[in-house]
Amino acid sequence: MITMLDRWQFAVTTVYHFLFVPVSIGLALLVAVMQTLAYRRKDEEWDALARFFGKLFVINFALGIATGIVQEFQFGMNWSNYSVFVGNIFGAPLAIEGLLAFFMESTFLGLWLFGRGRLSARLHLATIWLVSIGTILSALFILAANAWMQHPVGYKVVGNRAELTDFWALLANSTLWAEFSHTFLAAITTGGMVVLGVSAWKLLRRHETAAFARAARLAAAVSLVAVIGVMVTGDLQARLMDEQQPMKMAAAEALYDTQSGASFSILTVGNLSGNPIFQVRVPHLLSLIADMSWNGSVSGIHQIQAHEAATYGPASYVPVIWLSYWSFRLMIGFGVVILAVAIWALVLARRKRLDRSRWFLWASLLAIGAPFLANTFGWIFTEAGRQPWVVNGLMRTDQAISPTVGAGSVALTLAGFTVLYTVLGVIEVMLMSRYARHPLHEDEADSSGSASTPALVY
Amino acid sequence: MTPVVSLATLWFVLIAVLWTGYFFLEGFDFGVGILTPFLARDDLDRRMCINTIGPTWDANEVWLLVAGGATFAAFPVWYATMFSGFYLALFLLLFGLIIRGVSLEYRGKEHAAAWRAWWDRALFVGSLIPALLWGVAFTDLVHGLQIGSGFHYTGGFFGLLQPVALVGGVAGLALFSLHGAVFLSLKTSGELAGRARAAARLLVVPTAVLVTALVLWAGLDGRGGPVPHRIPATIPWTLGAVAVVAVGVGGIGLWRERDGWTFAATGSAIVALTAAAFTSLFPRVMVSTATGRSLTVWNASSAHETLLVMSVVAAIFTPLVLAYQAWSYWVFRGRITRPPVPDLHS
Repeated sequence: MITMLDRWQFAVTTVYHFLFVPVSIGLALLVAVMQTLAYRRKDEEWDALARFFGKLFVINFALGIATGIVQEFQFGMNWSNYSVFVGNIFGAPLAIEGLLAFFMESTFLGLWLFGRGRLSARLHLATIWLVSIGTILSALFILAANAWMQHPVGYKVVGNRAELTDFWALLANSTLWAEFSHTFLAAITTGGMVVLGVSAWKLLRRHETAAFARAARLAAAVSLVAVIGVMVTGDLQARLMDEQQPMKMAAAEALYDTQSGASFSILTVGNLSGNPIFQVRVPHLLSLIADMSWNGSVSGIHQIQAHEAATYGPASYVPVIWLSYWSFRLMIGFGVVILAVAIWALVLARRKRLDRSRWFLWASLLAIGAPFLANTFGWIFTEAGRQPWVVNGLMRTDQAISPTVGAGSVALTLAGFTVLYTVLGVIEVMLMSRYARHPLHEDEADSSGSASTPALVY
Repeated sequence: MTPVVSLATLWFVLIAVLWTGYFFLEGFDFGVGILTPFLARDDLDRRMCINTIGPTWDANEVWLLVAGGATFAAFPVWYATMFSGFYLALFLLLFGLIIRGVSLEYRGKEHAAAWRAWWDRALFVGSLIPALLWGVAFTDLVHGLQIGSGFHYTGGFFGLLQPVALVGGVAGLALFSLHGAVFLSLKTSGELAGRARAAARLLVVPTAVLVTALVLWAGLDGRGGPVPHRIPATIPWTLGAVAVVAVGVGGIGLWRERDGWTFAATGSAIVALTAAAFTSLFPRVMVSTATGRSLTVWNASSAHETLLVMSVVAAIFTPLVLAYQAWSYWVFRGRITRPPVPDLHS
């Protein structure tokens, strides 16, 4: 009961936080690219675009930062047994993330927001790049911590805790680099699709079409390259998963018995207990995903369960199958939607019609939701598919909770976070859509700053 | 017995430094948030107040995140016991920090008066809650809590609200408010700076009284039984006295209208008080009211490899971080002046 409440709270706060993270990473990089184009070419239009998308970036980033504090605190608050067990290893990348990444992104964000006109154009450009690098470093270190939960390396268990034996092994973890490249490229895709969608809206309303056509072309090109990268790295990750977390792979396909040349079902009607009413299947695809071979063997849930029970003692080691099965497909499905939009953009751009095809512009506007959904389902799959483990093979989730925090307290805070986050989410979406409607060249806030007195930006 | 000079001790010191930096920096941010509704006469005044911390508040808050992360990595047991033990209090704190952060970024994004008024309330409440709670939390750590076997805190939410901790909370609130008032007098100009100075003059005596009460009450206590390697009591006592004296020196600075050294004085008071807390703690990190149950730098710390890696990373990057954060304050030096308001009626 308490474990379920703790898990719900972690799910609510983390899924919510992660709505803002990829878009912030992606937009920071795209704004930095736009500002670089403005600086290099002395181009007013790119400068205005950098400011315009910079505001959308800040509105998102503010919520990402505010909800990020919860992320760090809740390990100790709700998962104190976990914290004691993993602190030696998990805590280190978290602390390093703070020192290297959080200080960098927050300090230079302040300098970027308030420094226009006060810093030289070159230095001001450097600040947004440092913000961008900070957001990327942040992703790297938090994923180093997460990768260790999926695939523990460089440790030994002593008493009630795992101790670090090799920090480099932590950083060289194959799971880390698969997760990082996949997540980073997904973040760039998210930023690209937001810029594309907002630009499409402007083009549909025929507002400042010349400028937003440029933004749309840049965003479409970035999204196309990034989403192809997401798929390649996702494929790499699937093969690692098959090797390191075979149960997660089997759950992703609801594959009950070990098979060679296993097929992949695109969708299933009926239940996932092994006797579907109707399925669309692609032959050999699962073997290709998991093993990169036509007739490769993919382990089934029953066999892995028997193996894990023999290794760790009698218990169920099967995650929630429908959740794994459908989140995996939804992640891939929304990725394919993005790929389709990006290829469509490429075709139109070659015919110089990208900014005029109303069908395409409407599709781009609607596709803004796709990266957010793909990101969310991807993480739900990664984390739910690891269950019942919190640290794969080392600690079960029900062993990880805080023994002194009662169900009443967790229920109270779960309700509190849900209400607070919902209110802030509504405000954020409202603010984003209002700012997306603002004209490109609006008069800036009455900035009274000069070289001698700080500006009134807020 | 583990030697006193060890990496665990080094990390105790580093975490103390992180908290000290956090209270010094975010202390005035909280004070600004609390005092803005009282000092500002119109929207432009409110904007001037908020813009004194606008470019830097976020990096100030990172000191807390790094203190939390460093505690997790270097003292997992401390992190686990404290964060789970303070569960509901930390929820309140997070609630405050979230609405404060969002209010700072969102307030100026719309012009409607009602929009801004709501975020002003959020900024006030979001600054007040943490300013009050940190004093409660740190007094609890030093004064002692019901920590039983397995290092579990068993006192519940109301166990945190012991009388001495409440005094600590109010003293912290007063000190942060004073620090914020002095910061505003230093960073604004004209009538607003004058009102900030007046507010500081009003706050200085109650703050001195509360800090004195806190030092005497919390400092006189010696619970949790004798612990080897404690720092001689004269050191935390002296630091506590320095905090009181620094508030007094701030009072003189206010009277002479020397904003710079007044700010140095209130800042020193925060530094001295935090140092007093940590020196009276050492080698304990959370004091238990039961003998022999306190968490210490030895029984709560990580193993050697983690501490070593963290030490190397900190040695390389801390100077860099301090340099660019200091540079950002340098960039935004100077007072904010009230911009001439265009007369819309002429």
